[in-house]
Amino acid sequence: MNTKVNLCGIELDNPVIPASGTFGFGYEFAELYDINELGTFSFKGTTKEARFGNPTPRIAECPNGMINAVGLQNPGVENVISRELPKLKECFHKPVMANVSGFSVEDYAYTCQRLDAQDQVGWLEVNVSCPNVHGGGMSFGTQPEAAAEVTRAVKAVTKKPVIIKLSPNVTDIVSIAKACEDAGADGISLINTMLGMRIDLRRKKPVIANTMGGYSGPGIFPVALRMVYQVSKAVSVPVIGMGGVSSAEDVIEMMLAGATAVEIGAANLVNPFASRDIVRQLPQTMNKYGIEKLTDIIGGAH
Amino acid sequence: MKQVIFEISSNQALTRDVYRMVLRGDTSGITNPGQFVEIALPGKFLRRPISVNDWDADSLALIYKVVGQGTEQMAQLPVGTKLDVLTGLGNGYDTARSGDKPVLVGGGVGVPPLYALCKKLLAEGKHPSVVLGFNKESEIFLKEKFEALGVPVSIATADGSVGTKGFVTDVLRGLDYSYFYACGPMPMFRAMEQVVKTSGEYSFEERMGCGFGACMGCSIQTKSGAKRVCKDGPVFIREEVFG
Repeated sequence: MNTKVNLCGIELDNPVIPASGTFGFGYEFAELYDINELGTFSFKGTTKEARFGNPTPRIAECPNGMINAVGLQNPGVENVISRELPKLKECFHKPVMANVSGFSVEDYAYTCQRLDAQDQVGWLEVNVSCPNVHGGGMSFGTQPEAAAEVTRAVKAVTKKPVIIKLSPNVTDIVSIAKACEDAGADGISLINTMLGMRIDLRRKKPVIANTMGGYSGPGIFPVALRMVYQVSKAVSVPVIGMGGVSSAEDVIEMMLAGATAVEIGAANLVNPFASRDIVRQLPQTMNKYGIEKLTDIIGGAH
Repeated sequence: MKQVIFEISSNQALTRDVYRMVLRGDTSGITNPGQFVEIALPGKFLRRPISVNDWDADSLALIYKVVGQGTEQMAQLPVGTKLDVLTGLGNGYDTARSGDKPVLVGGGVGVPPLYALCKKLLAEGKHPSVVLGFNKESEIFLKEKFEALGVPVSIATADGSVGTKGFVTDVLRGLDYSYFYACGPMPMFRAMEQVVKTSGEYSFEERMGCGFGACMGCSIQTKSGAKRVCKDGPVFIREEVFG
C-alpha cells in the first residue's frame, strides 16, 4: 500500500492535511498524538498585523456542519515567526504549509515573503477566499484578475511553491483557477467555506454577531467535490481538495475527482483525532477499493 | 483532555428548564472544578459544552439549562444512552489564590461548577461562603446541596420571592471575603466589577466550535491579548479581563 503523493515537488507520506483554521499552529494537537503522522498541515491564517477577528458569537450549528465567522484571528506574521514556529519545531519535523491572508496585494506579498524565508515552511497557501473579513480575503478571490494580481505579487517575492486557496462563492471558479495558474500559481486549493447564516428562533436575530459566516462540514462535500473535479480538469498544476472531508473514503473520492492532496477542516473540530484516524484508515480503505498506489487514482474519475 | 464513552445513569429536571444528568464512565480526564466537557449528540454536528457540576472516580454530574435544540435533545435522552464525551476541557478555578474566606458567586445556570469548587475549598480547610442569584423562587436549584456542605448560603432573587430582593451584588456589598469565584452571565460580571473588594476569578461562557483550542471561535480580549475561553479559560483572573 503506497500512500505517498508529491505536492509541488515535495513528497508527502500521505495526502492528509489538516486545513487552516482548524489546527491552530499544530502544537495543541501534538499534546494528543504525534502529528508527524500527517502528510503536513496548513497553519492558522496569518496576516501582516495581529488580528482579534470578529465579535462573538462567531460559531453556529448547521445541518451536517457549522458556520464560523472567526475573521482571521492571528498573532501577526512576526509573532508567528518568533513565537509559534519555534513551538511547532519542537513537535513537528516536516515542512509545514503556511496559510496567508491579507487586505491589500502588498500585504499578501509582505507576509508571504516573510514566511517564505522560514526553513520550516514548505508551501505558501494564499487565502484569497476568507468570507469573514471586509476589504480583503474573499474580495481578491472572486475576480480572476484580482486573484491573478495577488498570485503574481506573491510569486515575485517568494521561492517556495505558492498554492492559491479559492472561494466557492463565485459564479465560475474555473476561470479564477486558470487565471491563478496563468499568473504562476504552483497549485490550487479549494474550497474555502460557503457563505451562509443561521437565525436564532428564540431571539429572532442572526446567531452570528457578524450576521453571516462560512459554512463547512460534510454538507458541503458534494459541492467541493464538483469544484475540485472541474478545476483539476482545467488546470495542469496540482489541486488540493477540501470541503467536508471526514473519512478515508472521502479522501479517495476527492483524489478520484482530481485532488493530489486533501485537506481536513471541520472534522478536526468535532473529533480532535479525525485527521490521524483518516491517515490510519487510508491503507485498509485503499485495500477495500483495490488501490495499490494513491497516485494512480488522482483524477481517475475524469 | 480525554475522549470517553459515558452512559447516562440519570437525567432529571431540577426546575422547569434546568436538568441534572449523571454520566457513568472514566472521569480521570477531569482534574479541576470549573472545567467542562463537550458532548456529541446524535444528529448534531458540533459538540455541546457543559460545565462539570461534580464528579467522583466513575461518574460525573452535569447541570444544564435548555436553551436551544441541542440541550432540548439532551433533556430527552433516556437512562442507558451512551454518549461520546471529551472531558477535562479548560483550566478551571485556582484554589491556591482563595485565602481563608473566599465567596462563591453564581448566577442562574452559572451556579453548577461552584459546587465542586466549594467541596475542594472545604477539603483544603478553607471557609467558603456562597451567594446564588436567580430570577424567582421556582428557578432556584442546588441551594440545599450547598447547605448540606455546611457553608453559609445567601440567595438573591430578582423578584424578591426568596432571600434578598435584587441581584448577587446586593448581597456581596455586605459581605467580607478574601477572594471571589464567579460563574454567570456577562451582565452579572459587569455589575460585580462595581462592588467587589478583592481579586477573584470569573468563568466565562461563549459559543464554542471545538472546545479544545483549535478553531478560535470563542475568543475574548484580555490585557495580555486574545484568549480562548475554551482552552486558556473558561476561568480568567479578574485583572486579566477587567479594570
